[in-house]
Amino acid sequence: MAEDDRKATSDDLDRRLRGVRQAYQAGTGRSSRPAKSGAGGEKLGVGMRVAVELVSGVVAGAFIGLMADQWLGTKPWLLIVGFILGCCAAFLNVYRVAQAEERRSKGSSDKLS
Amino acid sequence: MAGPLEQFAIQNLTPPLFSIGGHSIAVTNSAIFMMAAVVGSAGLLLAGSGKGAMIPGRIQAMAELFYEFIANMIRDNVGSAGKKYFPFIFSLFIFTLFGNILGMIPYGFTFTSHIAVTFFMAAVVFLGVTMIGLFKHGLHFFSLFFPHGAPIFTAPILIPIELVSYLSRPISLSVRLFANMTVGHVLLKVLAGFVVALGVFGVVPLAVLVAITALELLVAVLQAYIFTILCCIYLNDALHLH
Repeated sequence: MAEDDRKATSDDLDRRLRGVRQAYQAGTGRSSRPAKSGAGGEKLGVGMRVAVELVSGVVAGAFIGLMADQWLGTKPWLLIVGFILGCCAAFLNVYRVAQAEERRSKGSSDKLS
Repeated sequence: MAGPLEQFAIQNLTPPLFSIGGHSIAVTNSAIFMMAAVVGSAGLLLAGSGKGAMIPGRIQAMAELFYEFIANMIRDNVGSAGKKYFPFIFSLFIFTLFGNILGMIPYGFTFTSHIAVTFFMAAVVFLGVTMIGLFKHGLHFFSLFFPHGAPIFTAPILIPIELVSYLSRPISLSVRLFANMTVGHVLLKVLAGFVVALGVFGVVPLAVLVAITALELLVAVLQAYIFTILCCIYLNDALHLH
């Protein structure tokens, strides 16, 4: 028996795999790709992404402002400008994450239907 | 009892070997776990790719799964132009994944819970991606900082914002991984402290601890995935400019 298995061609294997997959789909009424099981974790990831994006933009802007201030000796004006720019950049980043997320979820629902 | 932050302490395991710029360099627990991650992942993949059997065994199936996962990620997010960066992105993913997972082993050390490690990785990715973009597109690369089709008089506002947004990428990339791993391990330690302190009623935090450990495993894998997919997205931006 083991000898037969080893001799199986790749076409043979493909056919068997497809058969098993179809049987599985028929049995569970779900696609073989587990779309549901990872959903909770993915949401967690997106939430975390947005939170970090919000902070990092402000930090980057403020840091650049602070460094430029030290370099040019214009305390505290560039820090203020950098902070405001950082806030704008953070919101831009969050907006982009949301946009990409929406596009992705729309794309996957199109694929499913 | 050890404090919740003590698990992140770097310890020298050998006497200082040599010094660079006044810092004495010794083998630390962090370095040991990085080596373990490299040796472990290399061992797994070598063992998996050695035989090349038609019907994969357990280890070969695992190695193929990793390969296909990253190959698909690059194809979906970067396209065919990203093929030549596969080795780098694959190494990045495996290294981060093993770092996160090794940290889940009791008495283990999570080197990805140090911003020095994650920021270095993020900085290498950021500089590399910027360099690739500059070499590929030349000065045209800077059109990345001005959205296509925006009126020209908005440039003085938009360009600084886009620039800061671009420069915040390595920060968000590194802080995300570092914060997730640190927070998870602190949470585990604090809850474990409650188990001892509450005596008989410690069963409640113990039950929560089991659930949180499962969640942490999920977070460990998820963060490695997010780190890698964001590198792919940044690479795509640099290669294709919008």
